[in-house]
Amino acid sequence: MTTTTSSDTQVQVVKPTVASHLHDYWGRVRGGDIGSLPAVLGLIVLCLVFGIARPTFFSATNFANLFPQGAAVIFIAMGLVFVLLLGEIDLSAGFASGVCGAVMALLMADHGWSWYTAIPAALVTGLVIGFVLGFLVAKLGIPSFVVTLAGFLAFQGILLVLLSGGKIVSIRETFVLSLANKNVPAVWSWIIAIIAIAAYAGVQFLKVRNRAVRGLVTDPMGIVLARIAGLAVLLLVAVAVLTKERSINPLVISVKGVPIVAPIIAVVLVVWTFVLGRTAYGRHIYAVGGNTEGARRAGIPVDRIRISVFVIGSFMAAIGGIIAASRANSVDPNSGGSNVLLYAVGAAVIGGTSLFGGKGRVFDAVIGGAVIAVIDNGMGLMGFSSGTKFIFTGLILLLAASVDALSRRRASATGNR
Amino acid sequence: MAATPLLELRGIDKSFGPVQVLHDVGLSIYPGEVTALVGDNGAGKSTLVKCISGIYTIDAGTVTFDGNQVAVNSPRDAAELGIEVVYQDLALCDNLDIVQNMFLGREKKRGLVLDEPTMEQMAGETLASLSVRTVKSLRQLVASLSGGQRQTVAIAKAVLWNSRVVILDEPTAALGVAQTAQVLELVRRLADNGLGVALISHNMNDVFAVSDRIVALYLGRTAAQVKTTDVTHSQVVELITAGRSGTIGLPPEKPAGAAGYTDITPPGADA
Repeated sequence: MTTTTSSDTQVQVVKPTVASHLHDYWGRVRGGDIGSLPAVLGLIVLCLVFGIARPTFFSATNFANLFPQGAAVIFIAMGLVFVLLLGEIDLSAGFASGVCGAVMALLMADHGWSWYTAIPAALVTGLVIGFVLGFLVAKLGIPSFVVTLAGFLAFQGILLVLLSGGKIVSIRETFVLSLANKNVPAVWSWIIAIIAIAAYAGVQFLKVRNRAVRGLVTDPMGIVLARIAGLAVLLLVAVAVLTKERSINPLVISVKGVPIVAPIIAVVLVVWTFVLGRTAYGRHIYAVGGNTEGARRAGIPVDRIRISVFVIGSFMAAIGGIIAASRANSVDPNSGGSNVLLYAVGAAVIGGTSLFGGKGRVFDAVIGGAVIAVIDNGMGLMGFSSGTKFIFTGLILLLAASVDALSRRRASATGNR
Repeated sequence: MAATPLLELRGIDKSFGPVQVLHDVGLSIYPGEVTALVGDNGAGKSTLVKCISGIYTIDAGTVTFDGNQVAVNSPRDAAELGIEVVYQDLALCDNLDIVQNMFLGREKKRGLVLDEPTMEQMAGETLASLSVRTVKSLRQLVASLSGGQRQTVAIAKAVLWNSRVVILDEPTAALGVAQTAQVLELVRRLADNGLGVALISHNMNDVFAVSDRIVALYLGRTAAQVKTTDVTHSQVVELITAGRSGTIGLPPEKPAGAAGYTDITPPGADA
């Protein structure tokens, strides 16, 4: 099954085959390193259950709706992954997104700014909020729970003040509205999907080649090809479904193509995954989350890293707020309120990001956000009330947190923390 | 035996608020030798190490490295000089793999991107040069390693940087017999490769097994710096527990803050 290579100058290594690679993966899963596996399986089960109970769940229209429905939560959750990686929490992300959305909406509606100045203003608002939170946590040493709980209340207040006691600001700027409500033309949908697959394949092959040239262990070709094929099938099927005509009356207006938010999510996902996985900064985030003192002794500026994750968290909340405002066509005093924050934390945790720090990926936010969007959407189709949806989502979150805690315990038992 | 010390500390004072932890401490580390740093709990060993590595800044005293007086104000300064510390609690990140841990804080980059192949290759070569062949994969998480393997990774991490001085804080404290022997062998090999090695240990067997010199700390003072061959087990224990043994060590009733440690063993001090 495995061939052993050894030489005098290198540590003895085992060259993996497809079988041994899968065996190793299964070993890690059994050892408690499960990643997003429960979320992926849960997503499949939920889709099947809802699809069988309500066949409209699988319609192209409903599938397309899932993206804008889940997008705001996914963006906020992506930011929360960074905060959670340090074992911190940001409870203010929901209302921070509301404040940033309101800043954008007010600048456009009341001050006549156009989208290309109003959106950066909202993003900068997010950066400032994150810096303040991070500074209080890192430099003053106030627990992030308390700082962001205060932020939760204060930002809710700021939102009310900005909207002068409760008016609703509607958005008319077509660019902003199109972000969450329009689709990429069918042709471009295909082109983007094919470019994405080609780029992924290129990166994978380049990685294998770079390692092979140095005589390092590479993933078996079978696994690499399977990964590329998997992504290709997933993307092509999704695009095929989404480029079908979804309009009730195609003669009046044609609705087809991939929702614009989908490629935005994909780009943001790739950027942050790159930052976390391929840069020294990302490596340092994991190090601080895994062993703060060890990171400090390695010369990593722990405080700066801590501030920066809150900055990223609130920046992503700002993006979430913009998308939410776009989808609702307006901003009101409850933007970013009610379930937004808990759904976002839930998305990150359900996706496999640990609440204990040091473990998690940006992809977790996407898969977890998809689970939450599917629950919300599917239970809505089945006619359950909001109350029942909240209870069910709460139970799923509890389940995910238990999986996290149990896998952690399992991991420490097998020496695989 | 080298004549000039690679790293020399003189008159080091360190206080935490009203508590003075180190009084006028001196320590010399010679290339190609293992210097054992011994002392009871609270004698100031760990504080001294943290001062050397730049985690704490010293209040008074001089640090001389390779003949030049230097200021070590941060772990980075120490690393640039070539001083590496392997801590008792290892300071490895469980959630990172062997290569990631070995390069933590000093990652090799190509532009903005981490240069993983180079790092993996260098890590593999370093481990091989230390005759470590027990790890399954360099991409194994440190969490899945045994105590001895972790210690090995921590030491390899220190060696990776062509360091000149390696300070090991209780490297064998949590290890079994076989693993202890392996780690001590590794410590000896570091010195034989020309590095200055400081070994902090509570275990007299370890100290006498590998060290060339012994420095005993007693209540934040240097009680003695002696050659291992010049003293016996029980003398070292006395130095640790009472600060003096016969004519070696701190003079009795000496007022606090006064310099007073013996640098060499007077002949005939054998008890």
